[in-house]
Amino acid sequence: MSGGNDAAKTSLVTNPVPNRVKRPKMNPLINHWLSQFCAWLDQTTMSQIIQIKSWIIPTVQTVHILAIAVVATSALMVDLRVIGVIGRDQSPARIGRRFLPFVWWSLLVLLLTGAIMIIGEPARALKNGVFQLKIGLILVAIILTATLQASLTKKATFGEPPERARGAPFAIAIASIVLWAGIICAGRWIAYT
Amino acid sequence: MTAGIQNIVDVNPFLHWLQDTTIATAIRENDILFPWIETVHVTAIVLVVGSISIVDLRLLGLASCDRPTQQLMREILPLTWGAFAVAAGAGALLFSSKAVDYAHNFFFQGKMILLLLAATNMAVFHVVTGRDVTRWSDLRQPPMSAKIAGSISLILWITVVAFGRWIGFTSH
Repeated sequence: MSGGNDAAKTSLVTNPVPNRVKRPKMNPLINHWLSQFCAWLDQTTMSQIIQIKSWIIPTVQTVHILAIAVVATSALMVDLRVIGVIGRDQSPARIGRRFLPFVWWSLLVLLLTGAIMIIGEPARALKNGVFQLKIGLILVAIILTATLQASLTKKATFGEPPERARGAPFAIAIASIVLWAGIICAGRWIAYT
Repeated sequence: MTAGIQNIVDVNPFLHWLQDTTIATAIRENDILFPWIETVHVTAIVLVVGSISIVDLRLLGLASCDRPTQQLMREILPLTWGAFAVAAGAGALLFSSKAVDYAHNFFFQGKMILLLLAATNMAVFHVVTGRDVTRWSDLRQPPMSAKIAGSISLILWITVVAFGRWIGFTSH
């Protein structure tokens, strides 16, 4: 079996994937509720339309990927400045003002495109442990980014010495980079689990 | 189109040989090798498209306008090139694993052509408009030729991502 064939992985019911990574067991009560919710979602008109029109999922995924490019690169620009690697002639707060709006707007696009993909294939997303991990990581990344933005707004020198000497800005920036890399990996691995 | 080219040079023997190599076979048959190489490929592409968008939006006079264009390009383009090198390397490995199938895939062929067009657009920009970049680098609105280059670049890269995604849905 070779990888990269998303047509087969779209419907795990009709095309079971024998070498799928084993999922950890979920709490039976949550599992039951989740299954019921997925079953309900699956039979809604919107879900049926998304499943039937074969161009919707690829198109939505493409927009999703483009939005990832915006959010990841924008976050990276801010993080690299806080670490002190690029754009040292501009204050971290200035770089934050340039790029952080792109982070928030692209997160909105990611939420909308993600919602369409979930509605189209509820169980494939919601009952997947890797997907759940991805959502958890995204929530942490959002909290971290909001914290960074608040710090940059309150203190224009956040990330500059002597602020940087205290280590917190550096740690937040590194954590942010690691998180977004992890989110991208988890996102791709949904298709393989 | 493929048949016509094959009348001149038949690459199929080479493609078959390529995907039968030890590395290509390992990638194809291993459960986690392909996914991980693909993850690296996607992550690298994300950085290429994201970083080039920053430059293109500056060329269009739509973002980062307070920053001199030349300085922005000097800061960002090394990241773009580095990420592209990683994407191309990972892409070559992915391609080798199913060389025959991918080579005959419409969206793969299209993606390669689009990349060629993007490279051409970049080369033309550097030779023509970029030559006297110091003259207009500080302008919030770069000259029209720069805006055209930026628009073409954005459109091409967005289409590259779309075609790349469609390869996954049309390969066997």
